[in-house]
Amino acid sequence: MYIIVGGGGDVGYYLTKSLLSQGHEVLLLEKGAIRYQALSEELGQAVVRGDACEARTMEEVGVSRADVVIAVTGEDDDNLVICQMAKKRFKVARTIARLNNPKNELLFQKLGIDITVSPTRSILSLIEAELPGSSFVTLMRLRRAGLGIIEVRVPPDSPIVGQTLNAIKLPRSGNIALIIRDNEYIVPTAETKIFANDEVYALVNREGEEALRDALGATR
Amino acid sequence: MNIVILGCGRVGSTLATMLDRAGHTVSIIDFSSEAFRRLEPDFSGTTIVGNGVDEEILIRAGIKEADAFAAVTNGDNRNIMSSQIAKEIFNVKKVVCRIYDPIRESTYHELGLETISPTIVGAQLIFEALFSDKQEQQTDKG
Repeated sequence: MYIIVGGGGDVGYYLTKSLLSQGHEVLLLEKGAIRYQALSEELGQAVVRGDACEARTMEEVGVSRADVVIAVTGEDDDNLVICQMAKKRFKVARTIARLNNPKNELLFQKLGIDITVSPTRSILSLIEAELPGSSFVTLMRLRRAGLGIIEVRVPPDSPIVGQTLNAIKLPRSGNIALIIRDNEYIVPTAETKIFANDEVYALVNREGEEALRDALGATR
Repeated sequence: MNIVILGCGRVGSTLATMLDRAGHTVSIIDFSSEAFRRLEPDFSGTTIVGNGVDEEILIRAGIKEADAFAAVTNGDNRNIMSSQIAKEIFNVKKVVCRIYDPIRESTYHELGLETISPTIVGAQLIFEALFSDKQEQQTDKG
């Protein structure tokens, strides 16, 4: 794949290195002269000095044949414009934006950015997962489909402990896809029983998540 | 009208003063409180220090009740993002966005944003002035 990365901060640098080592064709754009110097000493021709918001720069690096454009600068407005220009003007199939302010998620989604990644949100959900009483963690949102992948640890006092999935009667939209128990994974069938402290992974829509929450007796 | 202006530079402060004197309710946002010194002493509107691409700051400036929003910071991307927040999140009826870069300006114009590129407007005015017969061109701040 040909991947263009906008913004040569730490995220852009490590991302570029990882993608290169996976054998992708990667081009990193960095507009700051000093930072560009430092990056080019290590990454060579994989880094170009330029502003990923500038149409001319993007044309020079062949944006029209890019499979993915990833915007990871420290400014959400820059990331938004990099992705929108790539998407709307250059018809790039996939755009990914880093969100510095997690509250911008809805806006970016409305404005057509395919995937947003928010380190702030990720860290928040990790902390939530560690807090007693909050056993639901959203691992990933598949926005277009309105689905989420959630992880939940079954509380020992949950009413469904000891019951089979068949008996629990979850809606299709709240289906349990995988159970991890004692470091072994179980692909559940209708006859699989739920035990206390099972780690349950489910692909759910909003209603399904509610149904699962109710069934488990889990707190938020 | 209730009008929110983002950016208190030369254009923003001039615009704010004009609107204020015309009897509108103006609130103006800038990330530096120093910028508000550009406003005339009789300015009766509200000043808000903060980042204009942050929804909370826009709410504090009264974006929910605003009839119009103008984004005139020095940063094209900041103007573009805040204008889209005003339009898409807060449904402000009239949104005007300044974009220096002509390419970005045409792209967002096509996407339905009301955009003004001072680069194109300025170059056009100067082009015309160079070939005009008048001895004295009226100079006015743009």
